[in-house]
Amino acid sequence: MIPELGHFALILALLVAIAQGVLPMIGAQRRDAALMAIARPAAHAQFLLVAFAFGCLAWSFATADFSVELVAQHANSQLPLHYRLAATWGSHEGSLLLWVLMLTGWATAVSLRSRNLPAALLARVLAVMGLVSVGFLLFLLFTSNPFLRLIPAAPEGRDLNPLLQDPGMVIHPPMLYMGYVGFSVAFAFSIAALLGGKLDATWARWSRPWTTAAWSFLSIGIALGSWWAYYELGWGGWWFWDPVENASFMPWLIGTALLHSLAVTEKRGTFKSWTVLLAIIAFSLSLLGTFLVRSGVLTSVHAFATDPTRGVFILVFLAIVIGGSLTLYAVRAGAVGGGAGFAPVSRESLLLANNVLLVVACASVLLGTLYPLFLDALNLGKISVGPPYFDAVFVPLMAPLVFLMGVGPVASWRRAELPDLWTRLRWALAVAVVTSLLLPFALGRWSPLIAFGLFLALWVIAATAALVIQRLRQSPQPGLFAKLAANSAAWYGMILAHLGIAVFIIGVTLVKGYEIEQNLTMTPGQTVRVGDYDFTFRGVTPVNGPNYSGFAGAIEMRRDGKLREVLRPEKRIYNASGMPMTEAAIDTGFFGDRYVSLGEPVSEKGHEGAWVMRVYIKPFVDWIWGGCLLMALGGFIAMTDRRYRLKVKDRIAAMAGAAA
Amino acid sequence: MKARHRRFAWIGAGVAVLGVAVALVLNAFQSNLVFFFTPTQVAQKEAPQGRPFRIGGLVEEGSLKRTPNSVDVTFVVTDTAQRVPVVYSGLLPDLFKEGKGVVAQGSLGSDGKFRATEVLAKHDENYMPPEAAHAIDQAQKGQGVSLSTLKESP
Repeated sequence: MIPELGHFALILALLVAIAQGVLPMIGAQRRDAALMAIARPAAHAQFLLVAFAFGCLAWSFATADFSVELVAQHANSQLPLHYRLAATWGSHEGSLLLWVLMLTGWATAVSLRSRNLPAALLARVLAVMGLVSVGFLLFLLFTSNPFLRLIPAAPEGRDLNPLLQDPGMVIHPPMLYMGYVGFSVAFAFSIAALLGGKLDATWARWSRPWTTAAWSFLSIGIALGSWWAYYELGWGGWWFWDPVENASFMPWLIGTALLHSLAVTEKRGTFKSWTVLLAIIAFSLSLLGTFLVRSGVLTSVHAFATDPTRGVFILVFLAIVIGGSLTLYAVRAGAVGGGAGFAPVSRESLLLANNVLLVVACASVLLGTLYPLFLDALNLGKISVGPPYFDAVFVPLMAPLVFLMGVGPVASWRRAELPDLWTRLRWALAVAVVTSLLLPFALGRWSPLIAFGLFLALWVIAATAALVIQRLRQSPQPGLFAKLAANSAAWYGMILAHLGIAVFIIGVTLVKGYEIEQNLTMTPGQTVRVGDYDFTFRGVTPVNGPNYSGFAGAIEMRRDGKLREVLRPEKRIYNASGMPMTEAAIDTGFFGDRYVSLGEPVSEKGHEGAWVMRVYIKPFVDWIWGGCLLMALGGFIAMTDRRYRLKVKDRIAAMAGAAA
Repeated sequence: MKARHRRFAWIGAGVAVLGVAVALVLNAFQSNLVFFFTPTQVAQKEAPQGRPFRIGGLVEEGSLKRTPNSVDVTFVVTDTAQRVPVVYSGLLPDLFKEGKGVVAQGSLGSDGKFRATEVLAKHDENYMPPEAAHAIDQAQKGQGVSLSTLKESP
C-alpha cells in the first residue's frame, strides 16, 4: 500500500510540475498576474508530493519490505537500520528520487526567500525549475520507477554494496546532489533573465547567494567522496582522476568561475552574458555528471544496471536542456548588453584571468574524461587516460590561478596600479619565498616541487594576511572591534575560502612530497619500521558484525619505544553478497595519518600465520579535506551577507547612497 | 591605450593562454594515453615493448602463486585463446579472484612476462571490467572464425 501511495504521489507531482513549468511562463509573457501566481503554490505542492514519495520509499526500506524490487535489491534484513535508510538513495532509482526531492526543495526555498523578487522573474525562475523537474519525473516514472513491486516477494534481500555501508557514504550523495541541483537555481535565474531581457546588478545580487550555497554543498560533497575513497578503498589515495570524480569536479570548476564572475556582474555590471553562459554550463555539467555516473556509461560503484531506454532518454533530455538553453543564449545574449570598461590591470582583468584558467582547466578535464568514451563508442580502440595526464595539465593551469588569487582581492576595481600592488604585496611575497625555500629542509627533504607547492600556499596566506591588515588599518572606525565589524560577511567568507585553498595546497604538497608507502608481509610478533614508527603485528582475531564476519588484526604502533596506538584493520566478508572488504585502520592526527590495511594470509598456516599488509605514513593528509571544509564554510558565511537580505526599497536607498 | 588596442591585447592574451593549454594537453595526451591490448594481441606482438599499456581478461584458474613471505605474486591473464603471465608486487584488490575478470596496467618485459604496476580494483563482484569482457569476446570471435574456416576447408 505504502509504495503505491508513493508512486501515486510521484504521478501527481509530475502533473503539478507541468503546471508549474508552463502556466507561470505564459503568465510572465502575457503579464498575467493570476497565472504567474500559480508558480509559488505549485512549487510548494510539488515539494510536498515528492517528499511524501521519498518518505514512502524510505519507509519501505526501513521496514525491509522485500516485495518492493528496489528494496530487495539493495537491502537485507541484517543490514542495520541507518544503512537501510541510507540505501534509499544507494541505487539508481532512489538517487534520482533524491535528485528530484532536492530540486523541488531548492525551488521551494527560492519561492520562500524571494518575496521581494519581481513577480515575472520569480514566475520564470520557478517555471524553469518546474520544467527541469518534469524531465526528471518523466525519467523516473517511465524508466526508473523506484516503487516497482516484486511478486512474489523475495524472502530476503540482496545486500547494499558493502563499500556503501559507511557513514561517509550516507551523507556524500545528499551533499553532492545539493550542489549539483543547487546550480539549477543559478541556471533558472539565467534563463529567466534571458527570457525577460533584464539582467543587471540586482539580478546578480539575487542569484549570488544561491550559487554560493550550491558551490559550498558541492565542495563538501566532493570532499566527502574523496575522504571516503581514502579510508574505505584501502589504497590510501584521495583522488584518482576517475571519470566519476571528474564528473563532480567539472561543475565545481565552472561553479567557482561563476562565483567570481557573478561578483564582477554585481559590483561592476560587466561580464553579464559571460555569467549567464557560465550558469548554463555549470548546470549542464551537473546534468552530464549525474547521468554519466548513474547511467552505467562509466563503470564504478555508482553505476547500476544499464538499460538502453535510459540512455536514449538521457541523451534526449541533455540535448533539450543544453541545446535549448544555448540556443536561447545565442538569440538573447545580445539584448543583455555589455558593461563598464576596465583597464588591463584591474580586479576585473584578474577575475577574467581566473575565469579563463578555470574554464580551460575544466575543458581539459572534460577532454580527458570523454575522449576514451568517444573512442570506445566509435570502435577506435580502448584507451584510458590516467592521473599522469591530469597532473601534467592541471597543475600548470592551477599554479598561475593560485598566484593571481593573492593579487586579485588587493587590486582595485576598474584600474589598479602595478607599483601600488607591488608596495602592498612585496612583504607577503618576500615572506612566502623565504619560508617556502627554507621549510622543506625542516620537514626532511628539499625538492623543487615541494618548495613550489609551499610557496603557492604561503603566498596565498601571506597576501590574504596583508589584505586583512591593510583593510583594517585603512578603515576609519575607532577600535579593532568596530574595524572588524565594518567589513561584510561576504568579504570574510572570501578570506576564509581563499585560506581554505592554501590549507588544501599544503595538504596536497606535503602528502605528495613526504608520504611513505610499504607493502609487506608480517608474521605475528614481527616488528617493522616505517618512517619514524615501529609497527608490531600481534596476529588476527575473528570478528563478527551484524551482517559480516572476518578478521581484525592488531598492530601496535610505537614511536621512540612508546606505544602510541593499537591499530585494528579488518578484513570482512559480507554474508549476503559474499563480497570481501578491507577496512583500513587509521590513526588520524593534526600533522598526518598512520594508515594500515590488511591484505590476505600468505602462509600455509592460514589466518594464524603471516599476512600481507600495506602501511602508509601520510603527513598532513587531513589538511586536504580541512581546506575543502574551510572553502565551504567561507561560502556559507558569505551567503549570510546583509546585502542579500535587504528589502527592495532599502536596496534602492543603499544604491542611491553608494552613487552619491 | 585605445579601446581597439585593448581589445586586441585581450584577445592576444586569451589566445596565448589557450595556446599554452592546448600545447600542455596535446603533450600530456601523447605521453600518457594508455592503450588496451587483449592477450591475443600481446601474443601476436601487437603490444608495445617498454611502454605502459593495459591488458585484461580472466585470471586463469590455479595460476595465482605467491612467493612465500613476500608481497610478490604471479598469475596468468587469459582471454580463453591466449595466456599472458603477469608478475605483480603488492596487495591485490579485494575482488581479485581466480576465474574472474581483471585489468592490469604495466609493461611487457623482454622475457614475455607482463610486469604490472597496478591491478585494478573493481567495486562490485558481479561486475566484469568492460576491457576484460571485450578481450574474451574478441578471442571467442576469433576462434569462431577459425573453426568455421576449418570446417569449410576440405
